[in-house]
Amino acid sequence: MSTAGLKAGAEVVTGAVRRPSRLSPRQIALMAVVAVLLIAVLRVVTGARDLASSGALAAAIGLAVPIGLAGLGGLWSERAGVVNIGLEGMMILGTWGAAFFGYHYGPWVGLLGAAFCGMVGGAIHAVATVVFGVDHIVSGVAINIIGLGAAKYLAARTFTGTPGGGPTQSPALASLPTISIPGVSPGLATLEQKQIFFVSDLASILGAFVTNLSIVTVIALALVLLTWWVLWRTTFGLRLRSCGESPVAAETLGVNVYRYKFIAVLISGAMAGLGGGYLALVAANIYRDGQTGGRGFIGLAAMIFGNWRPGGLVGGAALFGYTDAVQLRGGGSTVHALLLLLAVLVIAIGLWQLLRRHRVIQGAVAIAAGAIVAGWFFVSDTVSDEFTGMTPYVATLLVLALSSQRLRMPAADGQPYRKGEAG
Amino acid sequence: MKAGLRRLGLAMAAPVLAVLVAFLVTSLILLLAGDPVVAVWTQLLTVPRPRLIVAIINGASVFYLSAIAVAIGFRMNLFNIGVDGQYRVAAFAAAVFAGQGWLPGLLNIFVSLLIAVVVGALWAGIAGWLKVSRGVSEVISTIMLNAIATGLVSFLLFKVADSTAGSNVTSTKLVPPSSRVPGFALIPGTPNRVYGFVLLAALVGVAYWVILNKTRFGYDLRATGRSETAAVASGVNVKRMVLTAMLLSGAAAGLVGMPLLFGQDFSYGTTFQPGLGFAGIAIALLGRNHPVGIAFGALLWSYLEQQSNGLQIKAGVSTELVFIIQGVIVLAVVIAYEVVRRAGLRMEQRNVARQLDSDQPGYTFTQGAPV
Repeated sequence: MSTAGLKAGAEVVTGAVRRPSRLSPRQIALMAVVAVLLIAVLRVVTGARDLASSGALAAAIGLAVPIGLAGLGGLWSERAGVVNIGLEGMMILGTWGAAFFGYHYGPWVGLLGAAFCGMVGGAIHAVATVVFGVDHIVSGVAINIIGLGAAKYLAARTFTGTPGGGPTQSPALASLPTISIPGVSPGLATLEQKQIFFVSDLASILGAFVTNLSIVTVIALALVLLTWWVLWRTTFGLRLRSCGESPVAAETLGVNVYRYKFIAVLISGAMAGLGGGYLALVAANIYRDGQTGGRGFIGLAAMIFGNWRPGGLVGGAALFGYTDAVQLRGGGSTVHALLLLLAVLVIAIGLWQLLRRHRVIQGAVAIAAGAIVAGWFFVSDTVSDEFTGMTPYVATLLVLALSSQRLRMPAADGQPYRKGEAG
Repeated sequence: MKAGLRRLGLAMAAPVLAVLVAFLVTSLILLLAGDPVVAVWTQLLTVPRPRLIVAIINGASVFYLSAIAVAIGFRMNLFNIGVDGQYRVAAFAAAVFAGQGWLPGLLNIFVSLLIAVVVGALWAGIAGWLKVSRGVSEVISTIMLNAIATGLVSFLLFKVADSTAGSNVTSTKLVPPSSRVPGFALIPGTPNRVYGFVLLAALVGVAYWVILNKTRFGYDLRATGRSETAAVASGVNVKRMVLTAMLLSGAAAGLVGMPLLFGQDFSYGTTFQPGLGFAGIAIALLGRNHPVGIAFGALLWSYLEQQSNGLQIKAGVSTELVFIIQGVIVLAVVIAYEVVRRAGLRMEQRNVARQLDSDQPGYTFTQGAPV
């Protein structure tokens, strides 16, 4: 059983390999403006103010960062050809590490402790998959179990009897500093209050990035840039990626494949651990059992969504963080507003299928689905609480299903590699 | 003969090695954390009391079904993380229907099982359909569907909840007594009974073995898992296989909650056992996707879970220690198999080399040459 997965359904490229169309910075900027415009229109039409309030956006950043860090962890290891389903376990280890070291030695050491504990999880994964060459999924599943057990066991061992702490939670942790840019933040806040179409929406987005921004968020963004630079602009990165694309070819060129894979998985664990550290130190200021809530898996999903690239990964994490923040802040009425957007989008896709691609059945189904959603929007005022909780998951699934599938994972991702066994 | 014995020795070596490693690693962790090593192992390794033996068998039957569901996917390289969501949606649907008691006795059970199978299959089918038509990785879609299942079931549960006064547990209507599956008094010395649906688990295990090993469909499925290109070349419609495998996996997942529903809880509520799907993944891997191996894995899993309940009281160690042991066992087993496999390979190579040297010196190189 190899973990490479089936290729069914994925686009098969025959003949000359097409260079995947990359978006230019100008196109990305244009898309961002369109997205803000869309949100602005939706806000005015439905009156759901939390769609673009700086509070909701700050929450979105807070929710997106741990997912993005977990995804970054996935990116490092999968680019070197090691599937890492154990991100969740490494993240859990990170939450405990952040709390333990943060409580005893201060929050900065806590952040390092989180990365270190995640790295321990990564080391187990590396020993199992790189040194012993076992199936990557098996090892990852085992690490998820071990991480969960170890964190709970260690929490009970180390936090019982501490002031405010107990077997399932740590004492309150000191906060890390936040950044506000003086002069700019208040100005943007007043602009947001004016409720001017588009301008206020833009102001609130910028405001969310310059007001009370956690230093860890800045570090996370820096790590995304650093990852991109190291993996795509240095010799080290090229060699590391070559291990994920064709380890045998890398071996013939004198690359020590084992070493690169090992380093990649260690970094992967550290990133996931930092994600857990963010949850404990920044989002909650406390360690709690079950704090990660499957975010390691969602980070993995964000990375696949982003086509194994840092930029795409940030997009995936942002989408998830935004939809989650909107439902948490505004609840039913805000999610209700998103229904209108969904209905319009689905109907538009249906029309496109029908008129441009002459796919009658797909088009009709999409238009009918859109009409049902629109009907739901118009007859109801709000969405039930149990449903709003599903928003980020449904949104991720819909975006994946609706966007065309040109995902391409590293060619040798998930395949066990043994030195000198080139066939 | 001697080689055969040696091979058997190698096959036995892996699990024994793994258990030893798990034992050592856990002891080391306990020592480092300053917990009583001896007390922990005395608690975990005492012969379980009859009441616990029943609980172990019952737990194992549920784990078994979950692991078989995962294994169906694994055999063709599909990773169904969604068993967790599938079994909850299916158990809820079956519980709602069975609780209504529209049908008498056995017929009610039968139709409820059918509903569970169909609902489980359909829920998994969403992921299957997304994979074949839109190319969405089943790993992502099943993770998302797990979360969606949680929301959906809790929403519907509050709609149909049978709110009995004085109870804060929300659950569906109780299954009428005539439609409950009686247990077996298998273990003497306790009034507790083994689930009647242990037989269902065994039946699913047999069906799994027969379908995979004795039918053309099973052959195609395994072939697709081993090499997709080879399967395509031999005329397998991979897309249809993906969808069918996903539906089958979901159907088996639909049965996971049934022993609990008809043998113990008689309703689906907020206290229905969670997390069975993730245990299934580990057990399927532990049992190497083989129906008998999975049975041993499920029993071991259930044994550790039941025995760990006393850890807090007897040894003052938190019960979560058992997760560490379970995880280390999974990891140690696969590493041990890999090490043993390589040792076996080297042994075979040496054997062949020796035979070639001694039997026909100088002949081997000319044999294959064309005349």
